[in-house]
Amino acid sequence: MQMPTPDATVLSRKDQIVRQLQSVLPPDAVISHPEETRAYECDALTAYRCVPLCVVLPSSTQEVSDVLKICHSQGIPVVPRGAGTSLAGGALPTADSVILGVARLNDVLETDYDNRIIRVQSGRTNLSVTGAVEDEDFFYAPDPSSQLACAIAGNIAMNSGGAHCLKYGVTTNNLLGVTMVLMDGTVVEIGGAHLDAPGLDLLGVICGSEGQLGVVTEATLRILRKPEGARPVLIGFDSNEVAGKCVSDIIRAGILPVAIEFMDRPCIRATEAFAHPGYPDCEALLIIEVEGSDSEIAAQLGLIREIAMRHKPVELRESGSEEESARIWLGRKSAFGAMGQISDYMCLDGTIPVSSLPLVLRRIGEISDQYGLDVANVFHAGDGNMHPLILYDANKPGDLELCEQMGADILRLCVEAGGCLTGEHGVGVEKRDLMFAQFTSEDLEAQLRLKDVFDPKWLLNPAKVFPLSATESRRRA
Amino acid sequence: MMEPADESQLAEAVAAAVGPLCIKGGGTRPVGGRIEGETLSTAAIKGITLYDPGALTVVVRAGTPLAEIEELLAAEGQRLAFEPMDHRLLMGTKGTSTIGGVVAANVSGPRRIQVGACRDSLIGVRFVDGRGTIIKSGGRVMKNVTGYDLVKLMAGSYGTLGVISEVAFKVLPAPEATASVVIHGLGDDAAVRAMARALSEPYDVSGAAHVPDGQNTLLRLEGFAESVSYRAGKLAAALSDFGDVEIVEDREEVAEQWRNMRNVAAFADSKGDVWRLSVKPSDAPAVVARLDAHDVIYDWGGGLIWALVAAGTDLRPLLQVPGHATLVRASAATRAGVATFQPEPAPLAAISAGLRAQFDPRGILNKGMMG
Ligand SMILES: Cc1cc2nc3c(=O)[nH]c(=O)nc-3n(C[C@H](O)[C@H](O)[C@H](O)COP(=O)(O)OP(=O)(O)OC[C@H]3O[C@@H](n4cnc5c(N)ncnc54)[C@H](O)[C@@H]3O)c2cc1C
Repeated sequence: MQMPTPDATVLSRKDQIVRQLQSVLPPDAVISHPEETRAYECDALTAYRCVPLCVVLPSSTQEVSDVLKICHSQGIPVVPRGAGTSLAGGALPTADSVILGVARLNDVLETDYDNRIIRVQSGRTNLSVTGAVEDEDFFYAPDPSSQLACAIAGNIAMNSGGAHCLKYGVTTNNLLGVTMVLMDGTVVEIGGAHLDAPGLDLLGVICGSEGQLGVVTEATLRILRKPEGARPVLIGFDSNEVAGKCVSDIIRAGILPVAIEFMDRPCIRATEAFAHPGYPDCEALLIIEVEGSDSEIAAQLGLIREIAMRHKPVELRESGSEEESARIWLGRKSAFGAMGQISDYMCLDGTIPVSSLPLVLRRIGEISDQYGLDVANVFHAGDGNMHPLILYDANKPGDLELCEQMGADILRLCVEAGGCLTGEHGVGVEKRDLMFAQFTSEDLEAQLRLKDVFDPKWLLNPAKVFPLSATESRRRA
Repeated sequence: MMEPADESQLAEAVAAAVGPLCIKGGGTRPVGGRIEGETLSTAAIKGITLYDPGALTVVVRAGTPLAEIEELLAAEGQRLAFEPMDHRLLMGTKGTSTIGGVVAANVSGPRRIQVGACRDSLIGVRFVDGRGTIIKSGGRVMKNVTGYDLVKLMAGSYGTLGVISEVAFKVLPAPEATASVVIHGLGDDAAVRAMARALSEPYDVSGAAHVPDGQNTLLRLEGFAESVSYRAGKLAAALSDFGDVEIVEDREEVAEQWRNMRNVAAFADSKGDVWRLSVKPSDAPAVVARLDAHDVIYDWGGGLIWALVAAGTDLRPLLQVPGHATLVRASAATRAGVATFQPEPAPLAAISAGLRAQFDPRGILNKGMMG
């Protein structure tokens, strides 16, 4: 993968730049020794690494503003960073960039149950937001699998989703306001405890902008009362096609589960070997979770059972207790870890219309044969967000490149089927060069113009999201 | 008036325009008053592009009548979850509401508090910018983070960034049953507290409104029949210390209550200006007390205030809390002195102006509508 040539002037001025940053931050908030900056050389897309110029860890919005003013006036690129769990290389540094990490911005600023909001600093981890309101039986709905580690800042930048977004929506549907610092240091407040924008929906654009429009330092989030209870059912089928049909029938019957997760045979086998959840050895497995009181849960599971039985499942196991629920979820939750045990893998994230599921799974199988690399599928079936995991050997020369080519083919397939390149992980560097598969140059130009407004000098996370060829003239200007 | 038949004709019309254009859908929502320029109507760009009930998605062209879409979805037991308001009663307009107009004005109803606004259901958009270029964002799948979310930007942009030609939505199942839990006799303060409590219970309230005239506080529940009656009972019990609680289960009656709420029917045929205020729910009663309004309605648990006030009153100085106020219905005389939309703080106003300049460099689309 290609990255822009680092700005030689910036590289040569490293010492001065560090001194200037030190003048506006406490001594321990500027990291410049290569041994320490190495910790920031990549995010969870570990195939790509680059040690940044230096790292700053501000503790307030004012400090963020001070840092950005310095970088802005001297044309130094800035890469915002939350917890570094991006799977798309969104937080990957360039050699001439300052990494602006928000890890020290982790306070809860306000909890307000009457208005069902929480205001937090953006470095706070996703799970600890729920942690802050759990005692009152509230929760923050978007729940990416990485929720223990990932920060709200990264969630906002990537518009992250989670297993329960079929019912509760993704980050953008649960975000009410932000405090954000523009690249020139201007602090802006957008939204708040009230709903909707007075003018253009700037909040809607900032969410999902991958750290390219501003640095988010605070967020107002919607919190919800926890449901009375939740229980999953596990259903095994001997064909992907039938499992897909079952999902569609459930949705058409007017049932809206909070989660519908899908695993295929390779994934079932790997998780079974890894975590022993007691899954049936079958072609396709659905885990469907519903919420409510005991009687509401029983009624919904009853309807789901009725529909599933029409499709002749090889197994149907309703959870009757907390313990059984945990066991059903165990395999799904350890799916990524299980795959990691057997092989290196690359996790794709394309979305397809649910109705194309059987076709797309069949085509993925063919692509897998063609490249000679195995694929395991685990994904959010209710909304069509697929996570094909391509297995490869990082130590085998050429395997990563082969894997990337195969991934690109699968993502192009998702777009052809009526879907998109990424459902929740973001474009980052990983899918940057595939953007023309989904967008015309006019479509992309409109997005670039939007960035021109927020960051005219193209200093914020500039080598991401768009093909380098499309942004070259702007980055050079 | 220009009425292009499809998206490419629309693009040609915009590209060839020599002066300002007044973008028109069904003309039922003249929020913002008269716009100068030649009328460009999207009414002929209509029809269903795709409906996939099993994937909960529908794609329609901008000029498609809202009613036609609602009918199509109802036949499959589905609906647009955000419950768009029909402005005709309030604005005294005639005509057919189009889906493009709904999106351009980000029109959402009482269910906003549960499922989000129009912009939250919107998953894809195609539009023609001020240069006459056709642009798409999003698509037809409900999870999509590929590129910037111009979909959100177009929702509520009132035709100032582009002329919408096609929209895609996530739809939801229509419920088997609905009920209203109604509390009688509450003053505004108590009503907002009651709604806060209701929304903090685990019963999935899909509407929370208060009508001071008559002192009715309404909470809506929707879903499978047994579940609705279970939750209605629980909710009524949880609210019993507020006063006299009644459960209404008659489908027609509940539908009518919420249709009236959604359409602000109480202000139909009234005299005066109509404002729409968005505030933090707990701030609402104090704001209302300052307004000297002829009549008000609280929706969204108090977060949305509809206020009927004497013509010519500017409510913005009375807001005094975070939030915003939109002048929805007013005479030309009021509009001459009071802006339709809440002015933004300087840095945000600069961004908004920058976006308009990028998307519509000639400044011809609904000129002056948003500043
Ligand atoms: C095991 C695993 C499971 C995962 N599961 C899911 C899942 O279920 N759903 C899902 O959606 N994602 C998932 N992810 C992806 C990842 O966790 C999310 O993208 C997450 O939101 C990233 O958050 P972060 O704090 O780690 O951000 P980082 O990785 O640090 O950064 C991500 C992006 O955010 C930008 N950014 C960071 N901070 C700021 C800021 N303050 N202002 C502006 N921009 C900023 C960065 O520049 C970068 O572009 C998973 C990742 C892993 C490793």
